[in-house]
Amino acid sequence: MTNTNLRRWSWMHKWSSLVCTVFMLLLCITGLPLIYHHEIVHALGNEVEAPAMPADTPRANVDKVIATALAAYPGKVMMYLSQDREEPHVWALTVGDAPTSTDYKPLLADARTAQMLPEPPLEGGAFMSLMFHLHVDLYAGIYGKLFLGLMGLLLLVALVSGVVLYAPFTRKLAFGTVRHERSRRLRWLDLHNVLGIVTLVWALVVGATGMINTWADLLLKVWQNTELAEMTKPYAGLPPVTRLASMQAAIATAKQAAPGMDVGFVAFPGTAFATPHHYGMFMYGDSPLTSRLPRPILIDAQTGAVTSSAHLPWYLTALLVSQPLHFGDYGGQALKLLWALLDLATIVVLMTGLYLWLKRGKAAAARTAEQRAKEAA
Amino acid sequence: MMQPFGPIWTAPVVLGVLTIVGLISALVGDGAWDALSAVTLGAVAAVGGYYSLRRP
Repeated sequence: MTNTNLRRWSWMHKWSSLVCTVFMLLLCITGLPLIYHHEIVHALGNEVEAPAMPADTPRANVDKVIATALAAYPGKVMMYLSQDREEPHVWALTVGDAPTSTDYKPLLADARTAQMLPEPPLEGGAFMSLMFHLHVDLYAGIYGKLFLGLMGLLLLVALVSGVVLYAPFTRKLAFGTVRHERSRRLRWLDLHNVLGIVTLVWALVVGATGMINTWADLLLKVWQNTELAEMTKPYAGLPPVTRLASMQAAIATAKQAAPGMDVGFVAFPGTAFATPHHYGMFMYGDSPLTSRLPRPILIDAQTGAVTSSAHLPWYLTALLVSQPLHFGDYGGQALKLLWALLDLATIVVLMTGLYLWLKRGKAAAARTAEQRAKEAA
Repeated sequence: MMQPFGPIWTAPVVLGVLTIVGLISALVGDGAWDALSAVTLGAVAAVGGYYSLRRP
């Protein structure tokens, strides 16, 4: 590599890293408890479970479940209804003052008795809620998300420029060499290089998928303004739906339209995942991929008939595939543990990088990257 | 100043391929696929742990 090129890449690595490091440290630290979200919520006693009943206890009519919830919270309307494959005895309901309400309330109901379960704490309780917001939006909504997405982009620049610098800085060393006998700075440089190159592909994947996740709101807007808007056109000028068709019947209809799949998520008319005139029914299969990639079925909320049974657009598919690759929640406890270990290794890479910059000293600052590479290798 | 590719890049390329196999296999299926993912990503994490924790 020519000296000019080395200087350019070195400059790029230094500044892209410096700008994003503090935020990446925050993301790595808050990401750690988020890997174990389910376990922590359970341990804190913030999990609500349905009481044990004989396995063959029949399920109640969903319309009765909805009626019970709305009777318990007068003035509210249904926003979402969902069911986790792992917990088939519980319906999760989201109610709000209006379909677009941001001040919504999550509720749980027993799917067999149609009775309300205790209200779950919002976002898994105060601690997990704090971790979640510091990791996802810095309490600044879409702007916070997009800002963190930009920091993610800088991380990708730092990773790529770091790879380019890897060869000139390690060319005379056997792989994995960490020199302990000389200066502390050299030891930390070697550690930075070794852990950086070992975790490289994982960090690239988690960084890139994290960045894609920050665009979730925007991608949803694209879908609303294109495909969903197209579905709404025939209903132009019609008054909003007042009498909603039976949800029990709508679920049966949707299951018929998507054989082998079960309803996982229902968006009520007027919410972000539906149109003002449709139920948005999201059908899930049970293979690792179809349990991640729902098939959206739009059902006329007045007549209960299927309007469309489409596949997700490519950008939402990309978003939904990028989520497990960011969360590490798709391979059991072993994968979670490895996610946590690689996260810790990334924290070491960030800290050593920051240390190398803080301790660069006047002498080092005066020397060119080329000279430093020569001295280091 | 061209360096030979092998000595520097063999280990990083192998680790990168192991990571990709590990990330994708758990996405493809359960059971054996999850185990393959745990082994490959586990190897990557073990290499990182070994070289950063060993003392001369």
